[in-house]
Amino acid sequence: MSPKSYLTGLFGRSPIRPLQEHMTKVYACVKQLAPLFAAVVAEDHEKVADTQHWIAQLEREADGLKKNLRLQLPMGLFMPVDRRDLLDVLMMQDAIANQAKDIAGLIVGRHMTLPKEMHELFLKYGDRCLDAVVQAQKVINELDELVETGFRGIEVEHVKSMIKELNDIESDTDRVQVKLRDILYGLEDDLRPTDVIFTYQLIERVGNVADYAQRVGSRLELVLAK
Amino acid sequence: MDHYLLFLILAAVFGLFMAWGIGANDVANAMATSVGSRALTVKQAIVIAAVFEFCGAFLAGGQVTTTIRKGIVDADAFTGKPELLVYGMLSALLASGIWLLIASRKGWPVSTTHTIVGAVVGFAAVGVGVDAVQWGKVGTIVMSWVISPLLAGVIAFAIFTTIQRLILDTETPLDNAKKYGPVYILIVSFVIALLTLSKGLKHVGLGLSPGESLLAAIGFALVITAAGVILIRRVKVDPEADREFHFASVEKVFGVLMIFTASSMAFAHGSNDVANAVGPVAAVVSTVTASTHDVLQKSPLPVWVLLLGGVGIVIGLATYGYRVMLTVGEKITELTPSRGFSAELAAASTVVFASFTGLPVSTTHTLVGAVLGVGFARGIAALNLRVVGNIFMSWVVTLPVGGFLAIVFFYLFRALAP
Repeated sequence: MSPKSYLTGLFGRSPIRPLQEHMTKVYACVKQLAPLFAAVVAEDHEKVADTQHWIAQLEREADGLKKNLRLQLPMGLFMPVDRRDLLDVLMMQDAIANQAKDIAGLIVGRHMTLPKEMHELFLKYGDRCLDAVVQAQKVINELDELVETGFRGIEVEHVKSMIKELNDIESDTDRVQVKLRDILYGLEDDLRPTDVIFTYQLIERVGNVADYAQRVGSRLELVLAK
Repeated sequence: MDHYLLFLILAAVFGLFMAWGIGANDVANAMATSVGSRALTVKQAIVIAAVFEFCGAFLAGGQVTTTIRKGIVDADAFTGKPELLVYGMLSALLASGIWLLIASRKGWPVSTTHTIVGAVVGFAAVGVGVDAVQWGKVGTIVMSWVISPLLAGVIAFAIFTTIQRLILDTETPLDNAKKYGPVYILIVSFVIALLTLSKGLKHVGLGLSPGESLLAAIGFALVITAAGVILIRRVKVDPEADREFHFASVEKVFGVLMIFTASSMAFAHGSNDVANAVGPVAAVVSTVTASTHDVLQKSPLPVWVLLLGGVGIVIGLATYGYRVMLTVGEKITELTPSRGFSAELAAASTVVFASFTGLPVSTTHTLVGAVLGVGFARGIAALNLRVVGNIFMSWVVTLPVGGFLAIVFFYLFRALAP
């Protein structure tokens, strides 16, 4: 006879920690872009391939966490955050990892190298985009504090300023992106046209990482505004 | 009346059985939030529950006991046939005890209060006659079942909002928690002491005038608060935990405060739900003694009956309730002490107030209402509202089942009666 108490049934499992764990995994995955880009610049193809496997593996793990969290959010759960908003945040987090996987796939698939003129700025660009993900993760890690304070007051202001910083980082990446495109444009005539097309695509996709990170923040901002 | 000794023994046995059932399941639910939020270990919860359930039952359990004993049935309907009241109350006890046992095993959200009220109304209305029930009083009781969770919810919402304003949502939450925490203890211990004292403690040989009661309540509250202040001072700040979760040390202060709310919960539960077991026993005892002494329904509530209830609950807690608490402790992990504190404070105040007015309410349902109140203040990460639906369903089922079982036993007793 196993003793039961219906009061336990009243408390649903909090989605906050799983959401944070997912974000941690997403960051672990995206973080691998730094060694990947370094390997691309160094034209170390073996390292590129290795890192790509890693990224794919971590992306799969993040996917598993995402599915678990989705299953854990049945209707009829009463939460301080709207279920839809939570799922949207999750979707954005997921998009970050997906983007990293696609970037790695693109680089490996096309044996990509970068023109020397772009190296320095591209690495900087990559780092800045990762900064955005780091900041988004910080924001997500504030969620348990937000629940603790009941989504009001000082903590909300604190998170809002963090989101503002996230937006600033993302604007930064936009500016770098423009510069990178400029450099690439100037080099177009000396490069294989298909390579040019995909290099533009690579620049855009790396920017998307920061873009999705920012959207994680703006989703949360909507929650705070409610 | 013949065989009065047999009736007394049966009443004591059934009453003990019912009290055991309450201790085994209901108490664990009342203590669930304390254990779940890790404010208390299971062992501590059991000790607190045992002590304060007993105090609640013994010191403040009289009003609700009186209601169950002679508030629901109309004593006049039994004039000339007191044995029917005895059979009825015995049936009600047995019916409730059995239904609670089944429900506890299945984990159904059944309230002891609803069961016993259903059973008493059942045997009186069907076994004796519709007029034997004081429907007005029953109506009030049923109303109180709706109002008590709602009221607890509103109070919990208010308490939690003040905690947000005064403590959590400030620049220095830890300092404010230490500063305002004792104020909550002061208020709640004063209110509970005053309500308890003002109804009189004559049965324990302590008759106080209203003025003396007020003074005693103030004195009691100050002593308790002083204890709280000392305990809170001993809370150590954990910088490591604070980095991970900024409110870790603040919650530790609430963990200390919860010792007091858990005690209040146990006291409140004792003062209200123990009557479900004790009330019918008291009715049997007074009827039997009245018939032997030719005094009808005048005898005061014998102290040993209240003791019986208190002892039964503690036995239930020790033999089975601790297991329920263990499960509860494992399963409720999402509740932090500040929320548990708000919910328990609200629920305990509501239930003690109900005990004061003699209304038998469900402590657990009141607690559920209080938890929802905190949830509505956006304080709890996830609440499963389907449980609320289940509770509502259990009302609809428990009243007729309790009544039906009581009726069956009633006829059985009458047929077997010597």
